[in-house]
This record gives sequence, C-alpha cells and structure tokens, in this order.
Amino acid sequence: MATVKSDGRPFATRISGPIITAKGMSAAQMYEVVQVGSLGLVGEVVRVIGDLATIQVYEDTTMLKPGAHVECTGAPLSVSLGPGLLGNIYDGIQRPLPGIEAKSGAWIRRGEKVDALDSEKKWTFEPLVNAGDDVAGGQIIGQVAETPLVMHRIMVPPDISGTIRSIAAKGEYSLAEPVAVVETGSGPQDIMMMQRWPVRVPRPIRERLRIAEPLITGQRIIDTFFPIGKGGAAAIPGGFGTGKTITQHQLAKWSDAQIIVFIGCGERGNEMTEVLREFPELEDPRSGRPLMERTILIANTSNMPVAAREVSIYTGITLAEYYRDMGLSVAVFADSTSRWAEALRELAARLEEMPAEEGFPASLPTRLAQFYERGGAVTTLAGDRGSVSIVGAVSPPGGDFSEPVTQHTRRFIRCFWALDTGLANARHYPSIHWLQSYSEYSEDVKNWWETAACDWEDLRTEALTLLQREERLQQIVKLVGPDVLPDSQKLILFIAEVIKDGFLAQSAFDTNDAYCSPEKQVALLRIMLGLYHRGRDLIQDGVPLGMVRGMECVSDILRAKSALSNKELDRLADIDRRLNEEADRIAQQYVKGTSCYG
Amino acid sequence: MDNLFTGIEDRGLEYVGASRIEGPLVVVENVRDVGFDEVVEIRDPAGNTRLGRVLDVSGTHTVVQVLEGTTGLATKFLRTRFLGESFRLPVSRRMLGRVFDGLGRPADGGPPPLSADRRDVNGMPINPFARRYPREFIQTGLSAIDGMNALVRGQKLPVFSGNGLPHDRVSAQIIRQARLLDEQVEFSIVFAAMGIKHDVAEFFIRNFRESGALARAVMIFSLADAPSVERLLTPRVALTLAEHLAFDCGQHVLILLTDMTNYCESLREVGTARGEIPGRKGYPGYLYSDLASLYERAGRIEGSPGSITQMAILTMPADDISHPVPDLTGYITEGQIVLDRDLFQRGIYPPIAGLPSLSRLMKDGVGKGFTREDHPILASQLFACYAYVKRVRGLADVIGEEELSPLDKQYLKFGEAFEMEFLNQGEYENRSIETTLELGWDALSVLPQEELHRVSDELLKKHYRMKRDTGEAACAV
Ligand SMILES: Nc1ncnc2c1ncn2[C@@H]1O[C@H](COP(=O)(O)OP(=O)(O)O)[C@@H](O)[C@H]1O
Ligand SMILES: [Mg+2]
Repeated sequence: MATVKSDGRPFATRISGPIITAKGMSAAQMYEVVQVGSLGLVGEVVRVIGDLATIQVYEDTTMLKPGAHVECTGAPLSVSLGPGLLGNIYDGIQRPLPGIEAKSGAWIRRGEKVDALDSEKKWTFEPLVNAGDDVAGGQIIGQVAETPLVMHRIMVPPDISGTIRSIAAKGEYSLAEPVAVVETGSGPQDIMMMQRWPVRVPRPIRERLRIAEPLITGQRIIDTFFPIGKGGAAAIPGGFGTGKTITQHQLAKWSDAQIIVFIGCGERGNEMTEVLREFPELEDPRSGRPLMERTILIANTSNMPVAAREVSIYTGITLAEYYRDMGLSVAVFADSTSRWAEALRELAARLEEMPAEEGFPASLPTRLAQFYERGGAVTTLAGDRGSVSIVGAVSPPGGDFSEPVTQHTRRFIRCFWALDTGLANARHYPSIHWLQSYSEYSEDVKNWWETAACDWEDLRTEALTLLQREERLQQIVKLVGPDVLPDSQKLILFIAEVIKDGFLAQSAFDTNDAYCSPEKQVALLRIMLGLYHRGRDLIQDGVPLGMVRGMECVSDILRAKSALSNKELDRLADIDRRLNEEADRIAQQYVKGTSCYG
Repeated sequence: MDNLFTGIEDRGLEYVGASRIEGPLVVVENVRDVGFDEVVEIRDPAGNTRLGRVLDVSGTHTVVQVLEGTTGLATKFLRTRFLGESFRLPVSRRMLGRVFDGLGRPADGGPPPLSADRRDVNGMPINPFARRYPREFIQTGLSAIDGMNALVRGQKLPVFSGNGLPHDRVSAQIIRQARLLDEQVEFSIVFAAMGIKHDVAEFFIRNFRESGALARAVMIFSLADAPSVERLLTPRVALTLAEHLAFDCGQHVLILLTDMTNYCESLREVGTARGEIPGRKGYPGYLYSDLASLYERAGRIEGSPGSITQMAILTMPADDISHPVPDLTGYITEGQIVLDRDLFQRGIYPPIAGLPSLSRLMKDGVGKGFTREDHPILASQLFACYAYVKRVRGLADVIGEEELSPLDKQYLKFGEAFEMEFLNQGEYENRSIETTLELGWDALSVLPQEELHRVSDELLKKHYRMKRDTGEAACAV
C-alpha cells in the first residue's frame, strides 16, 4: 500500500469520479453524511463492507488523493425545515444558490458551505397552544406568516410528544431560539421554528385518504380530459422539445396548489433562471400575489455533480411533505425523473453493481415506486387534510416510450400525459396526445366538477369519442381520400379539427389563454359540441357540409380561447347565441330553398 | 516544448514502467500522492512527451488516459510524471487570431501565450441564480432561422446535419452575417474542430479571412489525423478560452464546436477500453452528463457584459435524429437546427427542415420590442400551415394530387411558395428581419384568410395580402 495512515482517522483509498472508497469506516452508518479532504467535500456513505466504505460525493472530486481524510458526521443526509424556504432556490443538497453566489460568485465552487435557512432572521411567531397542553408529534403549536400567501405552521417534530412546559409569547424570534419547551418522557425538549429531517425517510402521516378534488391547472387538455387529483401522481413523458418543461412550468404557475416545489433535476440552467425571473412577476390568479411567494426551487442542473442530482429528488419531496404536514396542498414537479434515473445508473455502474435493463440498476422500479408513493392525499399527524401531488417528466431516449424508466413509471402513476413529437413538430402545444394519454382520476374528481357543471362528464366523453372516431376516419382518408366519406362523417373530421385547434391547443405564451378557468373550459367545449349537434341536424336535413363550415361563428369559436379572457364568459354566451341563430337561419333558408326548387 | 504548455517546472517523481497498456489507457502501479483527474506527462521510448490524465486512482493502481494515443508505448520503458494539478490552460485575449492544437498548444509556429491566468479546462458549473436569461435577437440573415427558429445572444443552438449536407456552408454563413439589430458589436469567434478533415478546416479559415473575422477568431484544431482521445479535451480548451473572453474580457463570443459526433466517438472509445457497461449504441451511460458539462458552458451571467453563444455541429449517423448523439444533444441544448436531405436534394438552400427545427429561446427574444409585433404569430402560423402541407403531401402520394380538395391543393401551393421563396435563399444573401417577415406573409397569403386561425383579425388586416385571396380558395370542401 502506498499510503499508510497512522493517526487512526478514516481516509480515502480510491477515487473514481464521484465515487470514493474509504478505510477505517467500520463505525460508519449507511447513508451517513461525511466530509472528504481538506475542502470538506460533502458525501454520503452508500455501502459498507468491513472497514471499507463506499462514498458518493456530491461535489467534484478533481485532485482528491488517496489518503485524504474522511470525517463522519454521524447523521444521515437531512434538510432544514422552517420559515424561509419559500421563494428560495437550492441545489440538490439544499445549499441556497443565492448564498453560494454571495460567497463564490457566478460559478459554484466546491466545498462551499452555506446554511439552508437564515438562522439570524427574525420571524413573528404566534403561539397556538398554552403551557400545560398535551402535544403529540406533528401537532401545530404556533404559526408564522412566512409570506403574505402562506401561513407557516410550527409543528412539534414527529418524534416528540409530551406536555408543553412553556411557550413563547407572540413576538419576534430567530430560528435558533426555542419557541416552546415540551416535557417528554425523557426530559424537557426545546422546540425551535426549524427542524431537521432525513431526506430518504418519508415524513409520517396519520392516514391516506381517497383523492376527491382535482388539481386545477388551467390547462384544458389536462383539467377536462386527463385530470390529476390533489394528491395524485402523473407522468409526462416525451422526446426533447415536446413540451415537458413548458407544461410543468405552466402547472407550477397556474395550478391551485398552495405550495409549489419545482425540482430541476439534471436539466438546463437557463430554465431555472427563467423561473426565477418570471415567477416573482406573475400573479397567482386566485390571490393576486406574486407566484414566487408559494414556490420553492431545487436546481441541480445537468452540469452540476451527478450524485447531488440523485438526491435532489428526495430533497424536494421532503420539503413538500413538510408543507403538507401543515395541512396544505402541495404540488411537486420533477424535471426530469429520467435524469435522476440516469444518475442512479451512473452511480451504480461506478459501484460495479450488476445492471438490469439498459444498464439501470435492478432497484430502479423500487426507487421509482418509493418516490411516487411519497405523494398522496392524507390526514396529517395534526389531523388536517393535506396533499402532495407529483408530476414527473420522463425523457425517454429517442422519444421511445418502451424504455425502462417510462415503463416502470407507468406502474406507479395513475395519470399519463403522453407528449407526441408529431404534434410538437406541427407546433400543436401542449403536444399531449389525446388518444395515448389517460387519467384514472377522472372518476375521482367527477363529483367536484359536476357541482359546477352538471354536464362535465357528458361533454368530455362526447368530445373524446369524436376524437377517437376522427382517428378511425383518418385511416380511411389516408387510404382512399376524403371524397368517399358522407357529409355526416366529414363533419366529424371538421369538428375534431375545431376541438383540436380551438380547445386542445393552448399556448403558454398567450396572455388570455395561458390559464383557462374551469368555467371557460366547460363553456368552450359546450359551444363546440353545440356546433357539432347543430351541424349534424342540418346535414341530416340535407344541408351541405360547406354551409356548416362556412358559418360565420366558426372563426369566432376558434379564436375565442385567446380573444376572450376568463372574465368574458358573457361574450362566449354571445357566440353561442349567434351560433344558434345562424343555424336556425340556415335551416329555415334551406328548407325554404329546397321547397322552392324541390 | 517541455512543460511549456502547462507552465509547470519539472517536479515530482518520475515513475518507470507500467503494468498495463490497453487502448488509450495506461495503468501505473504504486504511485504516490496522485489526485483524481491529475495531468500526467508520459515519455515514450523515443523521448517525446505525451499528455494524459488520471481517471481512477487508488493506493495501488492509477489509471491514466493518454490523450495523445498509446501507439508505440511499451510497458517496460514507460516514464510517467504526475504534474500535481488538473488540466489547465493559460488564457489571454491575445490568443485571438491564433491557431492551437486540440490540447491548446500553439499550432501556428507562434510562441505559447504568456499568461499567469491558468484555468482548469473542466470549468465550474454556472450558478443558475447568477445566470442572466438570454433575450437579444441575433439576426443571421437566414429566413428559416430568423423567422421561425430565432437565435438569441447566449443561446446554445446546434446544427443537426448528415454526411454530405451543407452544414459547413450554413454555419459559415451564420457566422458571417450574425449581428444584433441595434448594436454594432462584433462577435469574437472560437472555433473548435474535432476530427474533421483538413479541407473543412481550410474552408472555415478561408471564410473567416474573407469576412475579415480572422483577427478576432481563435482556432483550436484536433483534426481527423490527430489522436482521437485528444478530442475529449478540445471542446473544453475552447470553452475555457471562450469563458475568459466572455466573462473576464466582456466580449460576445460565438463558439463553434464541430463535429460533436466525433467527440462522442472518442468518449465511447475510452469507455470501452475501461470495460464500462455500455449504454445505447455502445456509448457510455454518462454521455448525457458529459455533453451537458460542455453545452451548459454557454449563456450570460448577471453583471458581466459578455456572452457565449454556442453552435455545435453534429452529423447524425444514417440521418437518424434518435441516435444517442443528436438525441442527448437535443435534450440539453436550447433547440436545434435540423438539415433535411430531401430539401437539399431538391436544391433548396439552406435546407433547414421546417418542422423538427426549434429554437427554445425564440419566445423571449422576438415580438414587440424585440423584432416586430407580428413575428411570434407569423412563425406559429407558418409552422401550423407547413405541418398541414406535409399531411396533404402524404395524402397526395396515395390518392394523387387531382383527387385533393381545392383547399388542399391551395395548401400545396403554399408549401411550394414557402419552400422556394421563404426558406430558399442565396449563400451570400443577407436578409433583414423585415424582409423575412414580409416573405412569410407573402407565403401565408397564398392561403385563404379563414385558414389562418392563429392570427388575430387585427394582424390579418395589417399583413394579409388581399389581392392574392382568390375566391376559389375560400370555397367549401
Ligand atoms: N404550451 C405551450 N405553448 C407554446 N409553446 C410551447 C408549449 N409547450 C411547448 N412549447 C414550445 O416547445 C418548446 C419546447 O418545450 P419544452 O417544454 O422546453 O420541451 P421539453 O422540456 O420536452 O424538451 C418550447 O421552447 C416552446 O417553444
Ligand atoms: Mg425540458
């Protein structure tokens, strides 16, 4: 051996990219955090054999040498939870990127250490319990207005229960000061406004609940056709450029969750910059407050260390669970879970694990399941209803959905928004394919919708059926041309085009159309199906299709989504009225005309 | 040239002998005090030095990747010296106008650049919080790009091409014509050639000379006859210099990386030699991360006036866009310009495919206040109509053109007009953005107004050419 250490401290024996081996580690725990070398590079123990441990390092290991000291911290990788998370942007191991910039400038220098939460900043704490009250883990003991949009509940950490011995009066406190003391079985415990939680362990809940309410996203094809419930899990697979990121940004902007956690996992730096630039300026359509006040960003971009990419997913979901525990609805967006799976693959390969499909470790399905299972609608320990909805982007190589990540993901989600390269190429956005996508939540959320629009179910079923029939008719057209079809079937082709252009296509960059309220969604679809019904009747009476297509209201219907704002439903009603008048007129004229000549 | 390149005086022990030589790798045993990714100098039996770097290090074995090939190396006589640091490049603005080899050493007979500023070629990740979102429209003078896939300053927009397609001419034209609308700033050019042929390199040099860009261009050549593993460092050398010019000197840099497919092949070669588990088509599983570590080195930074606009050229093996190299590239870059063989064979230049090309940053760099108010809608409508043309052409192939409806026939006419008048242009034709937009409206006006669903009435009134709206086209199916 070239390097012999005599001081008994653990030291590195081998360095191979992000994976290092260390000796003298017999006391190390699995997933314990360690610091390596003079820079104190952060790593995590992923394997222990005898006194040799394998460590995955979250930072670049260039010029790290065998013999470098390894410092065990005794704790698993954990995140800090408390006021100050919202509006922030973190890397995969919860280092705040603004803080890193303040220390090391525009480039991320390794070994940089910055606290996740500002421990000096004062927050106004308001107690919600009294001395003498019995409290259990997860119970709310006070609150802090973290942002004007979000009331942050201060909770007893899940593993503590007992009697409140003292509680702070309303006032300003820092995260480092105790705001309560709980008398537990094993003595008094200080409670701070900040707690720590290991990222790989799901936070406890009381029970899982059935999903009953949709996550309203303002995206028509999602809300109306393939809805996701609050607490549900959806996958959005698609080749590059099909719209995974934009769709997720749209959802992060407009969905009616109370908290948004956006995880940029192995994707572009500029996309995170874009969110940072845009969100503070966009208003939440419900409260009118800047969207950033309810948003947390995790950015471990593609050029940042791959081990930290692996963990970024867990960091994000843990923050989400924490807000869920306050009784809030949280939506998590992971862009992209494929990059996370690839990080697993890369690390597994370096660990010389036996690969399963396409080089991915055999544990891939389990890991995916564990991730998606951390979502759900729940009763919290405090007895409130909270939810974590998860939307994961999947980036299949070559856009081919038969690959392992897409296939395994399908098993653990109930909502599948399949992006289609053909649609994206034709600039039909969102390029969610109406025939390949599905949602098992439509039944769960039906009641919610039908309290507002009793015909919701009928409308979506009829529209989807029309789209399916169009697909079949197109097969015929492709073989023999459109001429053989009778007008009644050509009408279906025409109406399908109207639905695609006027309803399914929705530009993220159109001021009026970026967010479409549920009311407007229903109203638009109703008009289009109204056009279909009237057209069908006219054609049955012998009116040629050309007259139906040529109706003046058609172009108004097609442009309504972007010409009218969500507040102008009365003008939609107007179009509907004109549609019926026009159809009446044609019917009369035609009947008159035919009787004249007939 | 002893160590001139790295600027390190001889130091450290020299080790004699290696236990294994395999492909581009050399394994040396019982080396002390060596770091991961450290630079290694290898002396071959003839006494010449070659550079390498450490891929894996333990107390007993050190795996060295020899960047300049292992041909002629023998285990017994191999001498290795570890230089105590990772690969560094001295950077200075005086490197503009010069030619370097794939590892950044002078290749034009001039002296090595003197600079105390020596940068690790791997760079560091840019903090997303410190980035500035790119939005300034670059006019390339090519309608297919400016009109429909606009490039902005700080974007990474690659060209996906195929063997024999004119990617070199197209990219040379872009470099020649690229300018901002309201600013007279010239781009500095960093040109990195990986595994391309001498005549291609010559072509670019000639182009830079003719357009007077040579003095503000740096050329970094690892040509087809250079050792293939050297290519792994070439783009890093180029990007390190580009970062210096952009973010230290405040210049606007246009960096051209060609051909990325050759780069990826070198990466595959090393992976195979290491006995790694191969991913798709034999490329290593970390190809994505590796490419990202290059492509992400582009953009703008808050507080710095400079920028790096990146154009990587790659040839798609068998014109297959789902091949791992274009596929993973497309997943990282901010769009792609795809060249199309069919257009090329029909004599259309530049043969930029209408549908699969995409600029992801266009949305924030065009329109009111940037180019012209009608630009985004015009582009969107052109895409939609052209997509329909493709469908109609497919149908016409089956049932014959005569059987098409009058409207579909009108679409075919639009397709012709779009390809021949809008896409097609001269290699030295530099169109203003206004010209491009007007040509776009000309093409759209072949179609009846009612077909232009994406255009508001107001814009139609302003731009639609009434006279060409033949009553025939508007009639019912
Ligand atoms: N809903 C949308 N509205 C308008 N444009 C869209 C929409 N979705 C995607 N796009 C366009 O497609 C491009 C690629 O989308 P993106 O989400 O970045 O793709 P992916 O993440 O799947 O690679 C965007 O830059 C944008 O131009
Ligand atoms: Mg994306």
